Order: sequence, then structure tokens, then C-alpha cells
Amino acid sequence: MATIQDKTKALIASKLKVSESEITPEKNLFNDLGADSLDFVEISMMLEREFNVKFTEADTAAVKTVGDLYQLMEQYSNK
Amino acid sequence: MKIIGTGSALPALKVTNDDLAKFLDTSNEWIITRTGIQARHLLSTEDLYDLSVDAATKAITASGLRPDQIDFLLVSNVANRHVTPGLSCIVQKRIGLSCAGLDINVACAGFVNALMLADGMMKAGHAKNILVLCAEEPTKYCDWKERDCSVLFGDGAGAVVLTEGNAFKDVKLTMISDRDVLYYERGMETTPFEKEYIKGQPLVMKGKELFRTAVSESAKDIITLLNRNGLQHENIDWFMLHQANKRIIEGIRKIVGGPEEKYPTVIEKYGNTSSASIPIMLDEMLADNKIKAGDKIVMSAFGAGFVSAACLWEWEF
Repeated sequence: MATIQDKTKALIASKLKVSESEITPEKNLFNDLGADSLDFVEISMMLEREFNVKFTEADTAAVKTVGDLYQLMEQYSNK
Repeated sequence: MKIIGTGSALPALKVTNDDLAKFLDTSNEWIITRTGIQARHLLSTEDLYDLSVDAATKAITASGLRPDQIDFLLVSNVANRHVTPGLSCIVQKRIGLSCAGLDINVACAGFVNALMLADGMMKAGHAKNILVLCAEEPTKYCDWKERDCSVLFGDGAGAVVLTEGNAFKDVKLTMISDRDVLYYERGMETTPFEKEYIKGQPLVMKGKELFRTAVSESAKDIITLLNRNGLQHENIDWFMLHQANKRIIEGIRKIVGGPEEKYPTVIEKYGNTSSASIPIMLDEMLADNKIKAGDKIVMSAFGAGFVSAACLWEWEF
């Protein structure tokens, strides 16, 4: 069964058109994976729809790396 | 209600992304990647009143009506040189009209809001033939030293003549008060009794927040319209969305569904022309014979406020 991280990774890969093997926790979404600010808004909106959560602006502003996003998803899934 | 004539007008001056890159910190690639815009038309030798008259006259001619058969003039305009009188008053005589009219400012959602008002006026028996004119010069709100807003906009006007019919099926309006996401403040005259003079402020836009709200609220409006009319996205022939940013359009499409071909765009050529964007696109699609009788069309627009509005048509000629 796919974990939250698996689903998040698949969603990042599909939005940024990169292979899942490139998406590791230490990678910076913007500098390493090429996301721009609107890509990240789209990713966060897709995650909100997929997992039925609603991020705060402060939470998403703090996300820089794939690991940050995994952590945020874990945090919200436990709420 | 149905549309029996359309017209549009754009300034003669076409400005490409490369033209902008000569004096702004930007590039063709940067603008296309983030917005989908390749060029826009800017007022230079003509003014917004000229564009208004041109678009309105074309729409009346296309309708087959005479100007004296138009019962009411509804104008959507965010701002122009005149705070007063309204744009409707300024252009009424030059269009050849003698009917009454009024201006509305519902930002980029003005066209769909004007359609709702026109529908209500017809149903109440106040008017039979209504001219809706959307005329906008958003390039005049921008700080042209900054790339964030100035690359996005273009000037233009679009008009439609409406008459009685059964094409206009439903409409949904949304307002969420949030000034800070997108606003433009004009300076006003100061009085001897004010402690502080408040200067004008060129257009301020919080792009990420605006993107998020525009995508989610437009999609909600559209899905609400589809649901309450027993329709799926597969039943819709055209989703005509406000041409604000190609990525916003794509974001809405991903939620609502349907192939890209059902989401026409003119933003590549004209940029964001505010409330004029949908009537300009409609005029081009009709001229290209893309719209057929019976086509189901959803229009959805959104903008500063935050406001959004969507409507459903089953097209009649």
C-alpha cells in the first residue's frame, strides 16, 4: 500500500516532470528540482485535494526541500 | 437571453516580451513559462474611449440592430482617466445611443456580472436589447519599473448585444473580501482637514495567493453550475475562462476536467485584458465559426476583490 511519502513523491514527479528516483528528501524543490513558486502552489493544492487537508500559509512558506514537504504531510495526516 | 452580436477592439501597438526585456529585468522565456503570454497590445496613439466605441459599434452592426434599438448600455470598467462621469456616459453619444446606462466595477469578473444584470433587467421588463461593453486599460495601473505586474496585462475592449432568448441558463457569483491580494489605489485630492495625504499605489499583486484563490474559487463556481444543472464536464463544449494566466487556466482545468482543446485561450496574443478578456475571445471564436448552435458553454471570470463569477449558456443564434 502506498504511503503518504510515496503519494507525495509521485505527485511531485508528475508536476515537475522529473523521475521519482531523483526525488530524495534532501533535494531542494526549487534549486534542485526546478520548481517555480506557482509549481509549488499547485503541488500544495494537489496535496490538499488528495489528502483532504488545508495548509496554512506559514506552513507552506517554510517548505524548501522534499523532506520538509514529507514532514508537513506527516504532521497534517496525524491531525 | 441570448447574444446576437459581438465586437472587439485592440490598440494598434503590439508589444512583445522581447520588447519588454529591453527595459525590464525579464525575458521572453521567463514570461512565457510563468504566464503563457507572448505579446499584448497597449494604448499609445488611441485611448480607451476610441476602443470602446470601436468594439461597441462592431457589436451593434453584427447584431443587425440599429443603435436606436438598444435599450440599455451596461459598461464594465475597473478604471479609466475619468472617475466621473462614468465610461457609459462618455461613450454613449459616440456609439450613437440615446438610451440610459451604467458602469459596474467587478474587476476582471465584470463581464459575467454584467450578463447577470442584463438577464435580470430583461426578465423584469426594463429592457429588451442591451449592449454590454467591457473596456479596460490595466496597463495604466502598473508600475512599469517592475516586472511582476507590467508583463501580465494588455488593453482592450469587447462588447456583446443581448436580446431575449433562452441561451443564458444559469449564473453563480462569489465574493470573498480580501483587498490585499490584488489592488490598485488612486491618489485623490487632499483637503485642508486631512492629517495625511494618501498617495496612489500602482497595482499590488500577491501572485501565489491570487493563483490559489483564483483556481479554487473558479473551479468551485464551475462545478457548482455543472452540478445544479445536472451536467458533467463531458457535456460542456467550451470552458471560456478569464485570460489571466495560462497556468491558472490549466490549474482550473485539472480540477474541473476535460481536454485542453475545450479551454480556448487568447492570452498568448493579448495578455490579461481584465473584464474584456472573455468578450474579446468570444468575438474571435464566433468569427472563426468555432461556436455552433446548441453548444454548451461555461464562462468563468475572477479578479480583485476577491470576486469570481461563472455562467452557463446553451448557444442560440
